[in-house]
Amino acid sequence: MEIFTQQLINGLVLGSIYALVALGYTMVYGILELINFAHGEVTMIGAMVALTVIGALVGLNPELPGLIVVLGGVLVAIPACMALGFAIEKVAYRPLRHAPRLAPLITAIGMSIILQNAAMLIWGRQYVSFPPLLPQERHEILGAHITDLQIFIVVLSFAIMGGLWLLVERTRLGRAMRATAQSKEVAQLMGVNVDRIISATFIIGSALAAIAGVMVSAYYGLAHYYMGFMLGLKAFSAAVLGGIGNIAGAMLGGLLLGVIEALGAGYIGDITGGFLGSHYQDVFAFFVLIGVLVFRPSGLLGERVANRA
Amino acid sequence: MCSPSSCLSACWCSGPPACWASASPTGPRRGRAVLRVPGLAFLYSRPGLAFVLLAVLLAALPFMVGGGLGNSWVRVLDFVLLYMLMAIGLNIVVGYAGLLDLGYIAFYALGAYFYAWLASPHFGLHLPFWMVLPMGAAFAGLFGVLLGAPTLRLRGDYLAIVTLGFGEIIRIFMNNLNAPFNLTNGPQGMNLIDPVKLAGVSFGKPLHVLGMTVPPTYLYYYLFLALTLLAIGVAMRLQDSRVGRAWAALREDEIAAAAMGINTRNTKLLAFAMGATFGGLAGGLFAAFQGFISPESFTLWESILVLCMIVLGGMGNIAGVLLGAALLTIIPEALRYLGDLQRATIGHVVVDPADLRMLLFGVALVSMMLFRPSGLMPSRQRKRELAAEDGVAEQERADLYDSRA
Repeated sequence: MEIFTQQLINGLVLGSIYALVALGYTMVYGILELINFAHGEVTMIGAMVALTVIGALVGLNPELPGLIVVLGGVLVAIPACMALGFAIEKVAYRPLRHAPRLAPLITAIGMSIILQNAAMLIWGRQYVSFPPLLPQERHEILGAHITDLQIFIVVLSFAIMGGLWLLVERTRLGRAMRATAQSKEVAQLMGVNVDRIISATFIIGSALAAIAGVMVSAYYGLAHYYMGFMLGLKAFSAAVLGGIGNIAGAMLGGLLLGVIEALGAGYIGDITGGFLGSHYQDVFAFFVLIGVLVFRPSGLLGERVANRA
Repeated sequence: MCSPSSCLSACWCSGPPACWASASPTGPRRGRAVLRVPGLAFLYSRPGLAFVLLAVLLAALPFMVGGGLGNSWVRVLDFVLLYMLMAIGLNIVVGYAGLLDLGYIAFYALGAYFYAWLASPHFGLHLPFWMVLPMGAAFAGLFGVLLGAPTLRLRGDYLAIVTLGFGEIIRIFMNNLNAPFNLTNGPQGMNLIDPVKLAGVSFGKPLHVLGMTVPPTYLYYYLFLALTLLAIGVAMRLQDSRVGRAWAALREDEIAAAAMGINTRNTKLLAFAMGATFGGLAGGLFAAFQGFISPESFTLWESILVLCMIVLGGMGNIAGVLLGAALLTIIPEALRYLGDLQRATIGHVVVDPADLRMLLFGVALVSMMLFRPSGLMPSRQRKRELAAEDGVAEQERADLYDSRA
């Protein structure tokens, strides 16, 4: 039972991070029907920028309270990622808006490679560690441990997701985004500046990615130029699981995938009689992905794509 | 002489000359007016002579390269041929049938591991090369069908993502199947894999013949060359066969193809199986050539690299695919000289060329798509599709699933 609760908690924490990243995939896919492969790398750049700023702040004044230092890092990382997201769309996707699908898919992969290797040149190949600035006190729930950081991650993710939901459902910008996702042409006829909406989508998604990047590096205590790749694939799996193009779906998918992964890693040894161990953690996302695409391609909450079939 | 449609039949009736010349990366493009160099016109009027010259060139290439650039470049040449084999296989799946496969390297890996299982001290089996290689290719082909079967309804991006997931699953298993029983030796990889041994000649040692010493890399070159030429022949025959036309129909419009009586399921599965078989073949050769394999060699980036080869060269066009494979194998190797250049000019290495390699690769991908999306040597058909003015591109974007989904 303790294992179950513990893994459930771990899964929820991880899942809320996946959900934040998955939102970026799902919003872009909803509007452009493009898998933005570079999104995972934006997350990684967010973490790296934040860590650099944090390192500089600690170097300047070691007495600064940890929360302020981390906040400073996040506040630099967010605009940096927003600019990056905007630039990626402008350079790699906008000129190919009317090209066949394969072309933007390949530029997306290309951008991902560029960002990953640029990060490697800037920050090096080694792991960058996240200084222990955040409160790590442990609390006990039902025999399982949860740290302040974990609670903080989950609460903040839910707050951000709530904010995003309000933005999409209640504001003018949100309405324009939904209209663009429905039909670019008609939205344009109705006076929506589609190019600006698409840019806005990339900017918002990248801001969420920046926050997720800081969260994930704080959670694991390190960042690496390669971290965005797997994170991005898992977040994409989460988006597909929830129903790609569907914002609530991305949130649900992210949480579910985190829980599946954590429980799977915790129990796979018992289920297979020790044949497979917890190092197969990364496999679950892909099995979920393939399973969903094969049996319910529209995802759990998705209907948009199903309508098109 | 070599018009696009009559080329293959002409090939097989009157001997291979003209077509082999046009299928080589250096030869004239299929279906285009041949570029006539003054003074060399006799080559074009006498395809037999061109063929002989090409054959001599290909036979002498390792000696020329080895003598001029050093023996490490003969190794690069071997890899060019291996990547050509893979690119030809992936071109069947992506270029002919239009099924975007981002997990192609998994089949290469399966072929390589299969070879290692049957011909290394790992299980103490040392089966002969001529048995292991076809079995490995068939094994990979079987997995091609296994992957293809559940994904039949998927198209476009979704198919790409599923195949990507499949590739990652295979890689994770390769990385971890060293316990509880040791199948893949985990991240350490498998070594001491038997070299190719044909007709009593082991390719692991230099061969002494006619007073010359032929190093193993040269021997592998000739083996790979023979198999690549065979693969080119098969792929070209396939393209204009009944199956090839069914693939093209599938790629252009799946619903219309089904309405015309094409069995879309079998046709797709066959494309996956054929592609995977070529991948498995290349993988087995890779294992024998290297004598060592590890999961490191079978990452997603390798899949993407092979995909880029066929996109760069010109998808669906064999000559383009070969050109793409050659360029993307040779350029990164040539970039190594950037390190020497930095040392010579600035005195020390500022940016390690190995680090720069992938960055340049990414830049090349993006700019290629922006400026020349149909590749360096586009097949006429694909070029029309990628031009996007007519309805084909719009329609490719339209549906993710076929009507029966």
